[in-house]
Amino acid sequence: MRSKGTSLARILFVVPTLVWPASGALAKDTGYIFVSSEDDDVVTVLEGGTLEKVKDIPTAERPRGLHFSPGHRLLYVACGDGDSIDVIDVGKLAVVNQLNVGDDPETFDLSPDGDVMYVSNEDDAMMTAFNLENEQPIGSVAVGPEPEGVLATPDGKSVYVASEVASMVHVIDAKNLSLRNNIVVAARPRRFALTPDGKELWVSSEIGGRVSIIDTATGEVIDEIPFEPEGFRVEDITPVGITTTKDGATAFVALGGANHVAVVDVEDREVYEYMLVGKRPWNLELTTDDQTLYVANGQSDDLSVIDVAELKVTRSVPVGRVPYGVAIDD
Amino acid sequence: MQAKPFGLLLLALALLLGTGLGIAGGQSAGKPPTLTIGYLELEDDPRYDEAHMDAMFPAQPWGRPYPGAVVALEESRFHAMAAGTEFELRREIVAEPSDLVPTLQTMIEDGMRFILLDLPAEHVAALARTTQDEDMMLFNVSALEDSLRQQQCQAHLFHVAPSRTMLTDALAQYLVFKKWRDVLVLKGPKPADEDYYEAFGRSAKRYGLSIEAVKDFVLGADPRQRGQNNVALLTAASDADAVVVIDSDGEFARAVPYQTQQPQLVVGSAGLVPDWWHWAWSRHGAPQLNDRFIRATGRLMTGYDWSAWMAVKAIAEAVLRTESSEFAALQDYLRSDELILDGFKGYRLDFRPWNNQLRQPIFLTTENWVVARAPLPGFLHQTNNLETLGLDETENQCEF
Repeated sequence: MRSKGTSLARILFVVPTLVWPASGALAKDTGYIFVSSEDDDVVTVLEGGTLEKVKDIPTAERPRGLHFSPGHRLLYVACGDGDSIDVIDVGKLAVVNQLNVGDDPETFDLSPDGDVMYVSNEDDAMMTAFNLENEQPIGSVAVGPEPEGVLATPDGKSVYVASEVASMVHVIDAKNLSLRNNIVVAARPRRFALTPDGKELWVSSEIGGRVSIIDTATGEVIDEIPFEPEGFRVEDITPVGITTTKDGATAFVALGGANHVAVVDVEDREVYEYMLVGKRPWNLELTTDDQTLYVANGQSDDLSVIDVAELKVTRSVPVGRVPYGVAIDD
Repeated sequence: MQAKPFGLLLLALALLLGTGLGIAGGQSAGKPPTLTIGYLELEDDPRYDEAHMDAMFPAQPWGRPYPGAVVALEESRFHAMAAGTEFELRREIVAEPSDLVPTLQTMIEDGMRFILLDLPAEHVAALARTTQDEDMMLFNVSALEDSLRQQQCQAHLFHVAPSRTMLTDALAQYLVFKKWRDVLVLKGPKPADEDYYEAFGRSAKRYGLSIEAVKDFVLGADPRQRGQNNVALLTAASDADAVVVIDSDGEFARAVPYQTQQPQLVVGSAGLVPDWWHWAWSRHGAPQLNDRFIRATGRLMTGYDWSAWMAVKAIAEAVLRTESSEFAALQDYLRSDELILDGFKGYRLDFRPWNNQLRQPIFLTTENWVVARAPLPGFLHQTNNLETLGLDETENQCEF
């Protein structure tokens, strides 16, 4: 399995990352780091190198999930209490549009071509597909209560949605928007990572305190990764954010209440390092070169900066109140 | 994963149909089998007196908790689907306490194996005693009395509501955490106040609070009793850090803050109040649950509502994980250490095997905020920090 020669990353976290190089002509490549802060209603923009604050971009209430459009011309921000997806122009560093995708959007993903947005509507227990061209909803699928993480597969065929309350991963047919399967995972599933071959779906479970690995062909949970950072009880271990290096060898999982980021060998499915970060690390994001990992710490209002080669936290930078997500324009 | 072979599930279903355990309707009819959860309450339950509920005393019911069970059932639709079953609730409101036993018997005869009891402690104890030989599980959603978890415990009686001791332990932890160790206790005249006081006294000893004095209060304005009904006089000689009001009723307690002779903190039944749910809790999915409850009822969710919700969620979780509606499988799962319940309070919850009490965090609340969540930092236990709240195994007097 560990074929070092393969140029395909074994795991890619979000689809836009996959398509980004192809549309590089539109990319702004500002090097800016964007951080959404739930309680301040801003997306904070930091200079990539110095981490100096460039700007606070005011958004609708409670900005959380972040995704770039293919080419990084636009940054979409799910604003839960504002009931909108705010659209930031990366060149202007300002909100230029607001999309009405239903109430209380938290997390979302884009189709591989960037034309369709798939949004979880937490309060309505729905996943809504939204046409970004004409800004009209295409349709909705009823899912389990409090839908959370959304992942659209790179082949454009499926959308995975995690229901926190039903402890399920819903497999949705992207074309006809119907439920194809419900897969039971550990309690309170939150976020996804998909292997580039599409064969394994990794799901973090906040209350279950582990990552479940789903065989996407059979819909079975084939393995689980527990976390045991030293000095923390099981109840402190609340994994949410999950991302991987481009070569697919390493996964990073933010452990929430355990104040650590776990480093996982993807092939062996073993944790080999725990890095102490700020309080309640929630979401994390790697730079394109995989050199630096940024971690949003929800309860210490800062961003941890990790040197990936050394597996060391090199800095922590204050951002807004209750930082949630990170997006990097590099 | 806990997935069971499909054949085993069919076998289980066939066995169930044969013995009529918990399942009404058959798989051959094409309609999924139904798992009926019972809910038993008393029409004239004094705790649900309208005027009393309208006063919205902290940590007391603000409405009957039944809608909590309804909200949980709605949340569990996908759980049922995954297990090839359907859930339904059957609510029985009994006019006379003497009707409780016959009604419960009828529910059992109708095939119900999971029944929520929303009743005062004496009736919970009596019903649990009457049914101790039955193959069933009872869920206590609203009686806080420690005696139900100790001498009156039963192997099939599960407590979703916390015990009084869990609440007073949370309060004691907070006072110690803040180093407000010297307290004055104002104690009410009701028998329930005596239980409450006993629980607090134990918590004070457990966590090292110093009780400066215990003063009995009475409700009223009789000048001849002013030494007992006037807060300024009751607290005049005190230099304690905090005044702990032990008032199971709530009417006296609500008038204590800002009336003490010294600028003292008020905790217990008013001021800072230990509670097991709060509408202002903003983490772990709580805002979404609170919104669902408001949409269903038009009022704010309390700990009592949470208990009814949690009991149904526990049953649904067992169905999801066992992929079964068979009573024996569900019971085994609910008693096992595999059980991980999500109470939207941020911990993994399960039942203490020695007395069937649900382990859970307790909130320290004001009227519109959760100040802290117990266990507080630094209160550790060798196996599970939630054991710092309530009767630990070493104090157990429950024998099944």
